[in-house]
Amino acid sequence: MDKTVNHKAWFLVLPVLALVAFSAVIPLMTVVNYSVQDTFGNNQFFWAGLEWFDELLHSERMWDALGRQLAFSAIILAIEVPLGIFVALHMPKRGVWASFCLVLMSLPLLIPWNVVGTIWQIFGRVDIGLLGHTLDKLGIAYNYTQDSLAAWITVIVMDVWHWTSLVALLAYAGLQSIPDAYYQAARIDQASRWKVFRYIELPKMAGVLMIAILLRFMDSFMIYTEPFVVTGGGPGNATTFLSIDLVKMALGQFDLGPAAAFSLMYFLVILLISWVFYTVMTNLDKREGV
Amino acid sequence: MAKITLDNLAHSYLSDPAGEDDYALKELNHVWADGEAYALLGASGCGKTTLLNIISGLLRPSRGRILFNDADVTHAPTAARNIAQVFQFPVVYDTMTVRENLAFPLKNRGAAPDYIARRVQGIARMIGMEEILDKRARGLTADAKQKISLGRGMVREDVNALLFDEPLTVIDPHMKWELRTQLKALHRQFGHTMIYVTHDQTEALTFADKVVVMHDGRVVQIGTPEELFEAPAHTFVGYFIGSPGMNVIPARVEGAQAYINGASIPMARAYGALDGKVEIGVRPEYARLSATEGLPVRIRRVEDVGRHKIVRADFFGYDINIIAEEGEEIGPDMTRVSFDPARVNVYADDWRVEGEAA
Repeated sequence: MDKTVNHKAWFLVLPVLALVAFSAVIPLMTVVNYSVQDTFGNNQFFWAGLEWFDELLHSERMWDALGRQLAFSAIILAIEVPLGIFVALHMPKRGVWASFCLVLMSLPLLIPWNVVGTIWQIFGRVDIGLLGHTLDKLGIAYNYTQDSLAAWITVIVMDVWHWTSLVALLAYAGLQSIPDAYYQAARIDQASRWKVFRYIELPKMAGVLMIAILLRFMDSFMIYTEPFVVTGGGPGNATTFLSIDLVKMALGQFDLGPAAAFSLMYFLVILLISWVFYTVMTNLDKREGV
Repeated sequence: MAKITLDNLAHSYLSDPAGEDDYALKELNHVWADGEAYALLGASGCGKTTLLNIISGLLRPSRGRILFNDADVTHAPTAARNIAQVFQFPVVYDTMTVRENLAFPLKNRGAAPDYIARRVQGIARMIGMEEILDKRARGLTADAKQKISLGRGMVREDVNALLFDEPLTVIDPHMKWELRTQLKALHRQFGHTMIYVTHDQTEALTFADKVVVMHDGRVVQIGTPEELFEAPAHTFVGYFIGSPGMNVIPARVEGAQAYINGASIPMARAYGALDGKVEIGVRPEYARLSATEGLPVRIRRVEDVGRHKIVRADFFGYDINIIAEEGEEIGPDMTRVSFDPARVNVYADDWRVEGEAA
């Protein structure tokens, strides 16, 4: 069949082009523009080339923030994924308690980020917070405003508290899709509990778990509000993650050039890691399909 | 392999069953012989899956005992019963290869590696999967997966019974024949006690030595396909088995004569006084249309199904079916029907009454 050629059809694409241009392309290009220039205010710009990128790549501050960020994402994934699976495995499969658990699990997900931050900021305070005060009375030195380790633990426990539910709910959905016959067959084959998990439950959950990991990675990699509310990135720079550092640089110090270069590289890192995830996921599917 | 004894077995899904109606499975007493192939046949909800689950140990019966050979296994868990089961939907371990799937039950029981290897090879040959032993099970077709679960069941030499829960439901029609034939061949070769649950009479009749027909939680007849066809013990067996099913017509029976609206039908056997609802049952195969003989009938429709014709007719206000030979001409003068006297069965309250040769 011949295609109808009508160049006026291009006009139909215009609204989308305009929308995408205003919401994505122009802001992004502005950032690119900033990243190769320097300014001393008054809207005077000087060409800086790749100077900011070069500076950033040699800046200890950026590498430290990136290191902290990667460590944070790795730690929360290492806790939340197994914990979420564990919780999902122990949730009742049906009945009133199943609904009750589902509601209970979704509660933390409904709380806004800054509220979560505030809750933990108060909860951990040594003077009035239940957690902080109790630990203090027990003789455990805990003060997230002065001790880096305590700050890290607080931020991680807070994230685990906030987001493990998401992993658990996704894993639970995966588990619910397994027909009873699989468990019956496993009993007949005398498979141990571990083997049931390894050969039935885990493979059936693999798809949703990949999504859970991807979501949790992306979210934790751009985490900003919660640690900012609790620790403000401190003590010192102990909990200054990439986004906190970026905002500090862009809005606090008004170093627009370096900040623009920073955010571009941030963007590229996320793009790169997501691409790796995507490739691994599709390859897993392909390999299993054989 | 084992003989299976069902002793006063009954099951209700309610915690406090009051009357007979509360029982999904009504009281049963049967001994199923070692090495025979049984089919549990019945419509959905007749209790056949309940019975299967009791045998496999997934369900504890409310009353009664179940024995494998002479050991009471009523309260034994599934794993201890040493049975194998093939489910409606193929259950394979997706991430394992075919070989690992087949080896899994033996491995879990701690068998020696060389024994496992030998056994897996043997089973793979039986189910025709030697070529693809190292393929991942996930990408295989439904019938191949079903073969794997069958193979997993047979890989243990000492299984007491092989249970099948409508195993061909998701299999393509042309593969059904092949799998069923293969099952039958395996049964002949190895003589496992097999119990096959199905609602498809063709499957049941071709697979089993004995067909157990269930209706409304009760076993209504256990018999060879021939017995079920010639002498259905219950009107349900009559119309569930056969295509179309048996004609069941209310009648009055006196000696060797049955009367329908005053017209008499001769029978080969004589009956004493009968209580309750009395009916006669005649298979469409044993009814014959003619222009002169028998009782008046009005033909409503003729369906040609290839091998023969099914005549749908009105007989004293009752719908009956008559099977006519493919070559038989059915003209407008064919207004009478006669029944083979030796093939007329008499039912009182739905149960068959044995007559005396007249």
